[in-house]
Amino acid sequence: MSQNDLHYVRSEMALPQPAPLRERGPLAWVRKNLFANPFDSVLTIIGMLVVAMIVPPLFNWAFVNAQWTGTDRTFCATVAQGGIQPDGWSGACWAFVHAKFGQFMFGRYPIEERWRVILVAIMFVALLVPLLIPRVPRKGLNALLFFVVFPIVAFTLLIGGVFGLPHVETPLWGGLLVTLTLSFVGIVVSLPLGIILALGRRSKMPVVKMLSVIFIETIRGVPLITVLFMASVMLPLFLPAGVSFDKFLRALIGVSLFASAYMAEVVRGGLQAIPKGQYEGADSLGLGYWQKMRLVVLPQALKLVIPGIVNTFIGMFKDTSLVYIISMFDLLGVVRQNFSDPAWASPQTPSSGLVFAALVFWMFCFGMSRYSIYMEHRLDTGHKR
Amino acid sequence: MAIENAVSADEIKVDRAKMHISDTDVAIDIVGMHKWYGEFNVLKDINLRVMRGERIVICGPSGSGKSTMIRCINRLEEHQKGKIIVDGKELTNDLKKIDEVRREVGMVFQHFNLFPHLTILENCTLAPIWVRKTPKKQAEEQAMHFLRRVKIPEQANKYPGQLSGGQQQRVAIARSLCMNPRIMLFDEPTSALDPEMIKEVLETMVGLAEEGMTMLCVTHEMGFARKVANRVIFMDQGQIVEENTPSEFFDHPRHERTKLFLSQILH
Ligand SMILES: Nc1ncnc2c1ncn2[C@@H]1O[C@H](COP(=O)(O)OP(=O)(O)OP(=O)(O)O)[C@@H](O)[C@H]1O
Ligand SMILES: [Mg+2]
Repeated sequence: MSQNDLHYVRSEMALPQPAPLRERGPLAWVRKNLFANPFDSVLTIIGMLVVAMIVPPLFNWAFVNAQWTGTDRTFCATVAQGGIQPDGWSGACWAFVHAKFGQFMFGRYPIEERWRVILVAIMFVALLVPLLIPRVPRKGLNALLFFVVFPIVAFTLLIGGVFGLPHVETPLWGGLLVTLTLSFVGIVVSLPLGIILALGRRSKMPVVKMLSVIFIETIRGVPLITVLFMASVMLPLFLPAGVSFDKFLRALIGVSLFASAYMAEVVRGGLQAIPKGQYEGADSLGLGYWQKMRLVVLPQALKLVIPGIVNTFIGMFKDTSLVYIISMFDLLGVVRQNFSDPAWASPQTPSSGLVFAALVFWMFCFGMSRYSIYMEHRLDTGHKR
Repeated sequence: MAIENAVSADEIKVDRAKMHISDTDVAIDIVGMHKWYGEFNVLKDINLRVMRGERIVICGPSGSGKSTMIRCINRLEEHQKGKIIVDGKELTNDLKKIDEVRREVGMVFQHFNLFPHLTILENCTLAPIWVRKTPKKQAEEQAMHFLRRVKIPEQANKYPGQLSGGQQQRVAIARSLCMNPRIMLFDEPTSALDPEMIKEVLETMVGLAEEGMTMLCVTHEMGFARKVANRVIFMDQGQIVEENTPSEFFDHPRHERTKLFLSQILH
């Protein structure tokens, strides 16, 4: 081989060419995503069959055959069951949901006082929405209003007993009001408490560390139902006679402490992922312990564990249903309670009520989930190269 | 133990009297310092005095304790015996003293240790704002001043992850300088960088040296050592084995271990 064969100089640069037809367009998409290989094709076909089997009947039940209006059970029962529907009828009883909607939202909160709850809900949305949208300015003031002022105002409004507002005791509260109150307090308390516990668990001070470990491991080792049960049944045994402690408050404390222990472990995972160099960088600049944690370590650690944090929130949101064990009624509790209402008892009532409850829970959980994904993308400063 | 300390303190005084130097001329004074990791005696009997404005290069084989020694000076590592006096303040368990010392001593790391969630400008203003309580605007002006000096003012609003290694290291230097330190420590600032970037970082460091900054620098960049160092210190097995001016050190090494080391890195 002569030396000239190794010699090559490109005379003009190649221009990019359009992709061949079989690499673009909808057909290419279908082939790539649905029928890439025999296994994929089989899965796609099975998947389509399952969808074809489930969706039409569900659609018929929820929309086509559904009973949207009505004043009692007869509208949702077949003739044989003492109602007006033809025999063999099966459809959702949205009339039941419609009739009980107020209860589902407010529980037994007195009807003439419900404006207070609605006002609180409006304030909640009005403060939360700007807080969640990054572009809106004055985040500090907003957060102060939302996390400090709002709870106080909301508590005063809901419980009443001052400014001429009639007192509404907590056993009357119920439905979505209880679900959201428990979750809000749980979230607002568990995140900071969880962070403190996580820092405590990694502390160099043996006493702080031991206390954090004992707290976290005790709570994590016990089911929430037990915590609630203990708070409601056992606690009064230890308190002196006459001293009572609001049941709802006990549930709030139980749920918050429970979520904090889980949150602490999620946050600890994030703290462990921060390289030692970050701590040293902060130390070498003379930042103190709290400054180092607040300004350098936690912002990075929390960002890493956003999915875990939101997971804990979502878990807690759904776990609030367990307060039925201490005879408090959250959304699901109220829905189930109403199954036994003789005015509405029919074979379609439970499924309709449960589907409604599921839909409400799903909306909130899905919202949290999407928002967390959005925040993850937004906070990504492109250092993961 | 107490007697031992007293004696060594006296010796220092005598020493200084002899050399006609006052305490304020001494930037760092390390006397009979030992450090252990568990049973392992990493640093043995380190004695080192650094004058203000002095530039010292520390070299030695891997694992000889160079990083450990330099990190003892701002208490990223704790020593167990002997004394370290930085800027007239002795390093003990007193957290306040440690923070005071860290404020006056800047450190540049091999892997930069920039804060990835903050922009370049925020990296540079964080400590001045929170530690020195400098007003934000003034801190930003000062940060821009130092970013111009390390020649990357145009990157101020980017994140560290968007910069090249050399640029990141220069930001790290600027970040330290923003605290107006009296002493700068460098721990292999160029050894994670590509050759082209090494040059830009070294130029920045030479610039600093020319302005009279007290510098302790762990590096194997011999060209840099010859150019700016007043003294080169060679460490092996946790001890200072040889200490000399750069030209003497490189051209006429005395200790066998030094000769072996130099023959390995120069070829
Ligand atoms: N945290 C630690 N625990 C136990 N041993 C350690 C620790 N850090 C370092 N060592 C040991 O101490 C010795 C000195 O380490 P040091 O990092 O100071 O070396 P070095 O001279 O900086 O080496 P290099 O050039 O590789 O950076 C090494 O033998 C190392 O294994
Ligand atoms: Mg090292």
